[in-house]
Amino acid sequence: MEKRCTFNNMWLPYFLVAPQIIITFIFFLWPASQALYQSFLIEDAFGLSSEFVWFENFEELFSDPLYLDSFYTTVLFSVSTTFLSLSLSLLFAVMADRVIKGEMAYKSILLWPYAVAPAVAGVLWMFMFNTGNGILALTLQSLGYEWNHVLRGGQAMVLVIIAAAWKQISYNFIFFLAGLQSIPKSMLEASAIDGAGPVKRFWTIVFPLISPTTFFLIVVNVVYAFFETFGIIHAVTQGGPYKSTEILVYKVYNDGFVGLDLGGSSAQSVILMIIVVSLTVFQFRYIERRVQY
Amino acid sequence: MVENRPWLNALTHLLLIFGIIVVIFPIYIALVTSTHEAEDILTTVQPWFGSEMLENYGTVLQKGKVSASGIPVGMMMWNSLIMALGIVVGKITISILSAFAIVYFRFPLRNLCFWTIFLTLMLPVEVRILPTYAVVANLGLLNSYAGLTLPLIASATATFLFRQFFMTVPEELAEAARVDGAGPMKFFFDILLPLSRTNLAALFVILFIYGWNQYLWPLIVTTDESMTTIVMGIQRMLYVADAIPEWNITMATAILAMLPPLLVVIVMQRQFVKGLVETEK
Repeated sequence: MEKRCTFNNMWLPYFLVAPQIIITFIFFLWPASQALYQSFLIEDAFGLSSEFVWFENFEELFSDPLYLDSFYTTVLFSVSTTFLSLSLSLLFAVMADRVIKGEMAYKSILLWPYAVAPAVAGVLWMFMFNTGNGILALTLQSLGYEWNHVLRGGQAMVLVIIAAAWKQISYNFIFFLAGLQSIPKSMLEASAIDGAGPVKRFWTIVFPLISPTTFFLIVVNVVYAFFETFGIIHAVTQGGPYKSTEILVYKVYNDGFVGLDLGGSSAQSVILMIIVVSLTVFQFRYIERRVQY
Repeated sequence: MVENRPWLNALTHLLLIFGIIVVIFPIYIALVTSTHEAEDILTTVQPWFGSEMLENYGTVLQKGKVSASGIPVGMMMWNSLIMALGIVVGKITISILSAFAIVYFRFPLRNLCFWTIFLTLMLPVEVRILPTYAVVANLGLLNSYAGLTLPLIASATATFLFRQFFMTVPEELAEAARVDGAGPMKFFFDILLPLSRTNLAALFVILFIYGWNQYLWPLIVTTDESMTTIVMGIQRMLYVADAIPEWNITMATAILAMLPPLLVVIVMQRQFVKGLVETEK
């Protein structure tokens, strides 16, 4: 789609795109190429000289059990977060789509978590699970279950998953609700006349019809869990205990800014870039078009 | 709906009320905690509001948490506000201008520009933190508002949103403007900009929340305590060795950190939903 009527001017269009292009070069393309370049270098301990080592940093990463663990942690974290958040929001969206009275009140409150920063969401849940004075920790304790996410890796993981999923409920809810409302009512009425109950209607008509939305949201949520949850991890667990919640983004930060391993951190950045680029390309190429029933 | 089943309607409301509890409960607990004295929440859960609300919020805004270097939260909020507004204004300005150029002009490097902008979609700050930090440090922008905002204002999504919107603007408007002898900038300011009002409002909401909630970037570019933003300031309050952990102070800060974006979402709900759905296309 192109405009027929355009303006003619030699220099004005360049002047107009210049700010964005300059910012993109200085803060996006240049750093990204630096990351790529540095990922092939190893610096000595004092940062005085560096040596070009081709893929040594990458080989080292993939033979490093800590990095592979972090990969596994990230996959576990993002799959659980995505699943938990999507199923809750789908449930709420289906209900909000059904409800006739009080629809607005329910909807507007379900939008709130979007406004809360990931780090703040993490702090809210952390406090409720705080051993000794957190309401949920005390409740679990009275049921005979010891909760201490500062010491137990599994519990720390559950805590960050809950916080991350909670924050994402609003986003998924909005998209699911939009998807549900675009389903023709006549289709549902026809199947009701044929004797299909609400549950059967959901699984045979509604669920297949919103599958494009679902797949889109899966990609968005995985990207969210991979990158934007840094705040939750950093504020709540700092990757601990014993690196049990150290996701890849946290490790890039930790190795680069705390461990000062420039080459290793850059190699990790490059791997993350490859992951984002493939997820984005995947989303653009396949999801919007192919998944249609 | 299709049929009327009383038990199903009851279940619907029940599940939605459950959803609302899931959403509100953590916020409620934080709010209640922030109205008590530190001693009262050491080992027990307070179910209802205490009497220290004004006192706690006053302390937080003016003095912050004394054991965690005591930066006034009022100052942190000011920093966050400037950062958020800087990102909003910067992003909208550069992307509406470049979208205008890409849609309404034909020039040799047009496609290259378009793809350069498209690339930024794939490079979130989180994956290029170290080299971006190096660039900002070399430019001498550490601990400055420019360093906080500039690296975050290039955005493909805003440009695409404006591009898509400009494509739907009727051709006749540009033709009429040209016939009447209006130049491109006059057309932009007098016709295109007023038409973009609803899109601008929608983007404002999304970008304000995005800017206010930034965490990783402020964490690494600000070492000067007077530049702390509120979302990262909370983290610094968590890990201090207190005699008495002042959860009331921390939670009051958390409430203040979510208040501005929450107000924006509540007041501008329609624009918020529009912005969310449209920036993701």
